[in-house]
Amino acid sequence: MKIRSVLAAAVMLTVAPFAPAQTAAPITAYVNAKLMPVARGGAPAPAIERGTLVVQGSTILAVGDASTAIPAGATRVDLAGKVVIPGLVDTHNHIGGIGGADQSGPIQPDVSVRDSVNVLDSGFKRALSGGLTTLNIMPGSGHLLSGQTIYVKLRGGRTIDDLLIRDANGKQMGGLKMANGTNSLSGQGGFPGTRGKSAALVRERFVAAQEHARKVKAAGDDATKLPPRDLGLEVLGEVLSGKRIVHHHTHRADDVITVLRLQKEFGFRVVLHHVSEAWKVADELAKSDGGWGKTFATDQNPNGGVPCSIILVDSPGGKLEAQDLIYETGGVLEKAGVPTCFHTDDWITDVRLFLRMAALGVRGGMSRDAALAALTIQPAKMLDLGDRVGSLEEGKDADFVVLSGDPFSVYTKVEQTFVEGRKVFDLADPKDRLFATGGFGAGRDQNPYFCCYGQFGQGGGAQ
Amino acid sequence: MTFKPTFKLRSSVLSVLAGVALACSGARAQVAVLAENLYTMASRDPNNPGGLIKNGVVVITDGKVVEVGPKDRVNIPPGHRLINAHTATPGLIDARATAGLTGILNSPHDSDQLEKSAPIQPELRAIDAYNPQERLVEYIRSFGITTIHTGHAPGELITGQTMVVKTAGLTVDEAVLTPIAAVAATLGPEAVRSGGSPGTRGKQVAMLRSELVRAREYLTKREKFEADLASFEKQFAAGTVAADKKPERPGRDLRMEMLADVLAGKVPLMVYCQRAQDIASTLRLADEFKFKLWLEGAAESYLLADQIKAAGVPVILHPSMQRSAGENENQSFETAATLVKAGIPVSMQSGYEAYVPKVRVVLLEAAITAANGLSFTQALATITTEPAKLLGLSDRIGSLEVGKDGDVALYTGDPFEYTTHCSAVVINGKVVSETLR
Repeated sequence: MKIRSVLAAAVMLTVAPFAPAQTAAPITAYVNAKLMPVARGGAPAPAIERGTLVVQGSTILAVGDASTAIPAGATRVDLAGKVVIPGLVDTHNHIGGIGGADQSGPIQPDVSVRDSVNVLDSGFKRALSGGLTTLNIMPGSGHLLSGQTIYVKLRGGRTIDDLLIRDANGKQMGGLKMANGTNSLSGQGGFPGTRGKSAALVRERFVAAQEHARKVKAAGDDATKLPPRDLGLEVLGEVLSGKRIVHHHTHRADDVITVLRLQKEFGFRVVLHHVSEAWKVADELAKSDGGWGKTFATDQNPNGGVPCSIILVDSPGGKLEAQDLIYETGGVLEKAGVPTCFHTDDWITDVRLFLRMAALGVRGGMSRDAALAALTIQPAKMLDLGDRVGSLEEGKDADFVVLSGDPFSVYTKVEQTFVEGRKVFDLADPKDRLFATGGFGAGRDQNPYFCCYGQFGQGGGAQ
Repeated sequence: MTFKPTFKLRSSVLSVLAGVALACSGARAQVAVLAENLYTMASRDPNNPGGLIKNGVVVITDGKVVEVGPKDRVNIPPGHRLINAHTATPGLIDARATAGLTGILNSPHDSDQLEKSAPIQPELRAIDAYNPQERLVEYIRSFGITTIHTGHAPGELITGQTMVVKTAGLTVDEAVLTPIAAVAATLGPEAVRSGGSPGTRGKQVAMLRSELVRAREYLTKREKFEADLASFEKQFAAGTVAADKKPERPGRDLRMEMLADVLAGKVPLMVYCQRAQDIASTLRLADEFKFKLWLEGAAESYLLADQIKAAGVPVILHPSMQRSAGENENQSFETAATLVKAGIPVSMQSGYEAYVPKVRVVLLEAAITAANGLSFTQALATITTEPAKLLGLSDRIGSLEVGKDGDVALYTGDPFEYTTHCSAVVINGKVVSETLR
């Protein structure tokens, strides 16, 4: 699977530049902006003053300095004074007024969030106004396992199929949302009452999935020997074989370690999400590879480290197990050599201000390069999309954002967002601007997805 | 291992005691702040609205500002500790918080911001609920916020009182500036009681109106008694009336007493509402009962800027980054700018929300307004001079001028920039935080 997608990328790289005539897609050259490509060929790439970005159709044709050749007949767009960064990748959000699993049980791998996304939700427009182009839409966190996630591109569209990202075989891409800690600890209706029980329930299901997979394998080509179909166990089978990534919500340090224990036991690939207390166990996170092999290995950390998708909120508290969430986590993880990205968890934080989160990461001690990578190439890799999005590189999707200035300044505006070569957000267009600033009609009444919101109303308190 | 009190523990206890002694005796450390950019917010010069002094010094002696000016014209008296900063501003003011009633954990044991036993409880006092030792107060302070208008949260028709405190002090008595600052009310779905009353917007206003009518009667009775008493005392002194004719004080009703103070104009009614229709209802009530009104939240206030301006009502605007959902779905980053342009006094608040982050940092909320239509100085005013005026404390806080409180916030750059740190905080001349936040 992995080999196949690498091959596909290689094919893309070779075919796209040399066979433009076949598709005859128009070519546009964006010139004179400061380009921040983030990565090139798997290594960090420095910013290019007065750079040139050549796009053909939906694909990046060339990235370079002012001397970059621009094919004859190309449209030139002068972006002098602007800053261009890759489209932002959000590994964790809940846009679309979505819900995943219901209260019928704590583990529901058969449920897919694909079947509940409202594509017309204004949240998608807000996301574009924040420079987001690729999202992992996740079901909520009130379960040990709340269902399948989907990776989408904000291409615009009227059905979810218009947005889905497909792999080289045309299969929709997505992960699996899991959680531990307090969210699922209701102790009622089959939900666990303790952390020990939480792990036991998960372990039991994965063992069942192993057993199911063994039977399928043993049946070989003999359909009569196949075990009865079980949609949930089939999905867990994809997790066990390393195909489907586990996106695991976890806060407290001991819960983080429990995820690592289960990961080792069952060998799945995991991205840890939120990881509020990651800073307390940074060395442990650096030692493992989270099931990813050498994907994240660097000179600094040949082990790779367990990929962490973290969130920063303006003040701690409001959730007991997240009380030690600090601005400094990104910086601590960077120093420890743990691959790190940020996520919005929209509506925990606002997609329109995703750049702000990385800036707060810088405030907390992260380098600017790592902070920008944490919004682009790192999250792309954590969604198995590192060969398609997350950096401005030849052959990659033409997903990019035009900024008025420094990505990490409060005064900087997202002016334009492009997805696969097409402008999908323009601040100069009042219809788009409404979603960027807010205002009358910018929002619609939505039911917030998360497990605990609204339970107590404004002023809430007791929980 | 058995626990033995160590020297370190003992010495920290001693230092706390010493700190208390220092605070109680009134003796204070002497401090001077030198900033490349000193925003005094005390300017009357339209070309320098922030009162910016390049390489400016503010000298604080015994808790009060004694001198402000450019470095080369200010003598720093001996014994003053000099602290440097890239930028310094007056200590910031959060015009509407719940911190100290809400805690950093927001779990039952540290959540006292909302009593849900009844829809109308103006008698609940903020000073009875405020915990000055709360870590959340310390956290907010580390961003440069030195004064908060805090108290009961929105969430019932009338939730209780608010107060103004400095974000330092061992007890509420040390911290408090104004023990009763406002009575907090809520209109809209936040204050709808599921399965109870009020269950609709119409009922909410009806309940408020009849409560205010009762309070009017109470006030009339109180005023009559006070007049009768004064007249009795005069006559009694003259010997023209017998002692047994002394008028009888009407029975006290704490709830009515508080609302009577609102009607007498002694205490403002601060109404939380987001929709234009609720803002309009609030303005109607204020006009009818002639109470002093502060609008709070007010997401759709930009739709009624003319009416709000005409009514002379100040707005304590919702946090810029509060979630756009439900009642707030039409909120805008640009509302502060729209209101300021219309001439409405605007202060920013940290607010309170039902999920993480429940409490926000007012500095970071004002920063968003600076990037969305307000000038740097106008945005800074929403967390300094404007709330100082609103709270009737301009003579003490909100700007750096001789005679005012020695409250200063120090930053490593533009305070609104995401990557700038607050480097130190001074309250009443005492350095209370040097955490690089």
